[in-house]
Amino acid sequence: MSLIHEIDYGTPASKSEKLVTLTIDGCEVTVPEGTSIMRAAMDAGIEVPKLCASDMMDAFGSCRLCLVEIKGRAGMPASCTTPVAAGIEVSTQTPRLKDVRRGVMELYISDHPLDCLTCAANGDCELQDMAGAVGLRDVRYGYEGENHVTARNNGEINAKWLPKDESNPYFTYDPAKCIVCSRCVRACEEVQGTFALTIGGRGFDSRVSAGMAEDFMSSECVSCGACVQACPTATLTEKSVIEIGQPEHSVVTTCAYCGVGCSFKAEMRGEELVRMVPWKDGQANRGHSCVKGRFAYGYSNHKDRILNPMIREKISDPWREVTWEEAYAHVASEFRRIQYQYGRDSVGGITSSRCTNEETYLVQKLVRAGFGNNNVDTCARVCHSPTGYGLGQAFGTSAGTQNFDSVEFTDVAVIIGANPTDGHPVFASRLKKRLREGAKLIVIDPRRTDIVRSPHIEASYHLPLQPGTNVAILTSMAHVIVTEGLADEKFIRERCDWSEYEDWAAFVAEPYHSPEATEAYTGVPAELVRGAARLYATGGNGAIYYGLGVTEHSQGSTTVMAIANLSMVTGNIGRPGVGVNPLRGQNNVQGSCDMGSFPHELPGYRHISDDATRETFEKLWGVEISNEPGLRIPNMLDAAVDGTFKGIYIQGEDILQSDPDTKHVAAGLAAMECVVVHDLFLNETANYAHVFLPGSTFLEKDGTFTNAERRINRVRKVMTPKNGYPDWEVTQKLAQAMGLNWNYRHPSEIMDEIAATTPSFALVSYDYLDKLGSVQWPCNEKHPEGSPIMHVDGFVRGKGKFIRTEYVATDERTGPRFPLLLTTGRILSQYNVGAQTRRTDNVVWHAEDRLEIHPHDAEQRGIRDGDWIRLASRAGETTLRSLITDRVAPGVVYTTFHHPTTQANVITTDFSDWATNCPEYKVTAVQVMPSNGPSDWQVDYDEQARQSRRISGKLEAAE
Amino acid sequence: MSHDNTNAKLIYMANQIATFFKSQPQNEAAQGVATHINKYWEPRMRRKLFEHIDNGGEGLTPLVLEAAAKIKRPEAA
Ligand code: SF4
Ligand code: SF4
Ligand code: SF4
Ligand code: FES
Repeated sequence: MSLIHEIDYGTPASKSEKLVTLTIDGCEVTVPEGTSIMRAAMDAGIEVPKLCASDMMDAFGSCRLCLVEIKGRAGMPASCTTPVAAGIEVSTQTPRLKDVRRGVMELYISDHPLDCLTCAANGDCELQDMAGAVGLRDVRYGYEGENHVTARNNGEINAKWLPKDESNPYFTYDPAKCIVCSRCVRACEEVQGTFALTIGGRGFDSRVSAGMAEDFMSSECVSCGACVQACPTATLTEKSVIEIGQPEHSVVTTCAYCGVGCSFKAEMRGEELVRMVPWKDGQANRGHSCVKGRFAYGYSNHKDRILNPMIREKISDPWREVTWEEAYAHVASEFRRIQYQYGRDSVGGITSSRCTNEETYLVQKLVRAGFGNNNVDTCARVCHSPTGYGLGQAFGTSAGTQNFDSVEFTDVAVIIGANPTDGHPVFASRLKKRLREGAKLIVIDPRRTDIVRSPHIEASYHLPLQPGTNVAILTSMAHVIVTEGLADEKFIRERCDWSEYEDWAAFVAEPYHSPEATEAYTGVPAELVRGAARLYATGGNGAIYYGLGVTEHSQGSTTVMAIANLSMVTGNIGRPGVGVNPLRGQNNVQGSCDMGSFPHELPGYRHISDDATRETFEKLWGVEISNEPGLRIPNMLDAAVDGTFKGIYIQGEDILQSDPDTKHVAAGLAAMECVVVHDLFLNETANYAHVFLPGSTFLEKDGTFTNAERRINRVRKVMTPKNGYPDWEVTQKLAQAMGLNWNYRHPSEIMDEIAATTPSFALVSYDYLDKLGSVQWPCNEKHPEGSPIMHVDGFVRGKGKFIRTEYVATDERTGPRFPLLLTTGRILSQYNVGAQTRRTDNVVWHAEDRLEIHPHDAEQRGIRDGDWIRLASRAGETTLRSLITDRVAPGVVYTTFHHPTTQANVITTDFSDWATNCPEYKVTAVQVMPSNGPSDWQVDYDEQARQSRRISGKLEAAE
Repeated sequence: MSHDNTNAKLIYMANQIATFFKSQPQNEAAQGVATHINKYWEPRMRRKLFEHIDNGGEGLTPLVLEAAAKIKRPEAA
């Protein structure tokens, strides 16, 4: 093992197909037109000295170190800003160039501290490298003159010197070491798209500054770390590197936070993680990341992590630590007892969207082969199950149609019910880049999300609809497209069922679907809807990206179908730049769905009633599989309350916090006799558990995650599991205790079984993934290299299916008691229920959940910004602090649900999507009023949680 | 929460499904409801639905009742 050094070509690759041949230092090189001389040289293995260039961003040409000479041309052009030309002869090293470069370096070094030996970047500093490369041997100027290096100069205070900025929890800015190459500024602009940094001042006075000469924490900075990665010196440095030192080996792995699935190099010193650096070859993220993936891994060492298995008789008892063997034996005997007593169908399991494909596969296998029923579900139920249903109906497969690279070819992006800058930051950065290049943007969201207006980006249309009216708006857009003759009939005739199209077109053309008619309840002016529809239909490549604001509604599945209809009617499917793209919440939502986590389907989305599919697994597993669908999470809880469901194995999920109607979830869990929670921490669900099995983090195991673009990425173990065993091994031991004959020695063997049984994974293996880096399913004989874009020559189901989408108002309505609509979401620095991110320094950005409320509604209720308020719905009430903002429309309030004390889901109701029971998180009728403290429920809950976290023999851990 | 409550939930869910299929082409509606319930409802849930239908089916929309003939009756528990 060694440190992976990625080649920096100095400037981005050219996309041109035309090739140009030139000579550099006597070698002939052929490169695409538009390539810089610097990059062409690197292609030929010649490294031209450079400081201000990096292939992550456009050339800038400020350091003058990369000069070259071209035969027949005067002067010494900068190789980073000079494109190649046919036949030119370039020299990168001549006596003249050597002199100039030394002179340049001498000037740099004369204003730079010479504490290399104790500098955090020692060994990883490009300034140091370049001094070596140009053969700098002495510096003629001392620090007596003007400089930025010393706090005092000749006894006087040096006004040019600035102290370190250590405000960001993860990196420091030491202006004394800055060479003003502006790589950080350009990274923030071009790679991240936040524009938080500027170069202030001119000439020798110029300095990098965050925001308006603020510190990093107070500026617009979102802590993505792109600037830190770009900085060639120690000016911007990870605090972990300062603390630990330079890494000595690295391993490529995949972020465990969101559905973008960024690839990282985990840079290590022994078993200690020094830092995470986004991997340039990662095809989802192309060398970029967000604050969570790059910095928020500290939870894996948090003191709250539970490392020993624990058991208790009753949930009111304190926990008792036991051996793994005892724990397995206990679970096995309890589950057998329950099944004997209450029937085979009285137990089930929940797979995790945070665990690997292999672990998920094993949990559903344990349920199907070990428990002998199909009572398995996953938390994707509460986020993207409507995607599965809706896209499955329309296209024949339940996955996004594009890769993330596709956005580079998009002309009109439509974002519906998603907040990518917070939820899918790296995708947002890539989208913003495309928008700055001129692509148009339509945002359909009740809230004015950040992407609507941000530096150098302005949405052409923002449709601020009433929560719950997605179907009405999208059907209205279809109405405009059909009635104004904007449908792509050629595409439809070729690719879709024409008679279904005619039926659908007649349906959407009905006058009651017109924007003028729907305006009354969607609240969106008709002209905006018409404009947006025309733009999407006629603006070139149109791509739809959507999130939980689409799925978490009583008409979630219908909305997904409406989206599919729009893409088909405009012919926006089956090539780069277009498509329908669900933005998945958790890292492995896609994978957990693929792996047969739903109670009605086996891996690869094959219905449980299909005899041939069952037979495949029955033969391999040597058991009979029930042909009846099992219970979904909400049905399990209902059955528990009814007394027919008594035991559950929950891997890596916190249903008490993440599922709606907390009180009902609590009642269901309380009615069970054996609740087994397998997780890193004593999560909220564990308050109701009888057995706790410690889990492992993504750093501690091998496996794969599948991201939102169907990309199967390797997760690689970089350290020994603190709890002793990766999760897949725990499930296997549990299965063995229940008498199943499982003998996987490595997760790769599990993947082999998946490939052998699931046609869309047929060619996937760890060896193959090592070879290709990653692959997008389907990956089989027909698509040996995987499938970046789906439905290219035809839909998976054959003909695309248009489906009528009638708007039905949700039964969750406002009235005199609950006059406001609550909608929920997430923010950048925190992740889902926050169990991980809350245990990192990310809390500095989001210490609590706040309720966003419009100034008008706040004033009516006498609420000031920051006041404690009571938030009540017919399901329950909670308290939190207010945040007054006009991002939300009057009548709408908004909050996140990252902190357990807020218990936002005490408020949400049990209404759900008609097709999949995906809960309706996005619409709850509520009332808001001033309050002076936590609700009774919060007080009781806190006390109960505290009680149920007691471990005998251990002092109570303070939260 | 009582059995009645679970029943009320099932009725609500069945009606919700019917509401969607009611808007689909007429000749597909009842089959649509039945197929959906057959594919996604665990036998316990279907059994309860039938118990309720056999008791008169109060609260169920006509389309659910029409679809009932096509819904698979689970074996007795
Ligand atoms: S961390 Fe990211 S957002 Fe912050 S200044 Fe650096 S590049 Fe910009
Ligand atoms: S902070 Fe680093 S990247 Fe930014 S200008 Fe200074 S040396 Fe260059
Ligand atoms: S959280 Fe998402 S966007 Fe951020 S690094 Fe991880 S995968 Fe990438
Ligand atoms: S690298 Fe070309 S001018 Fe700096």
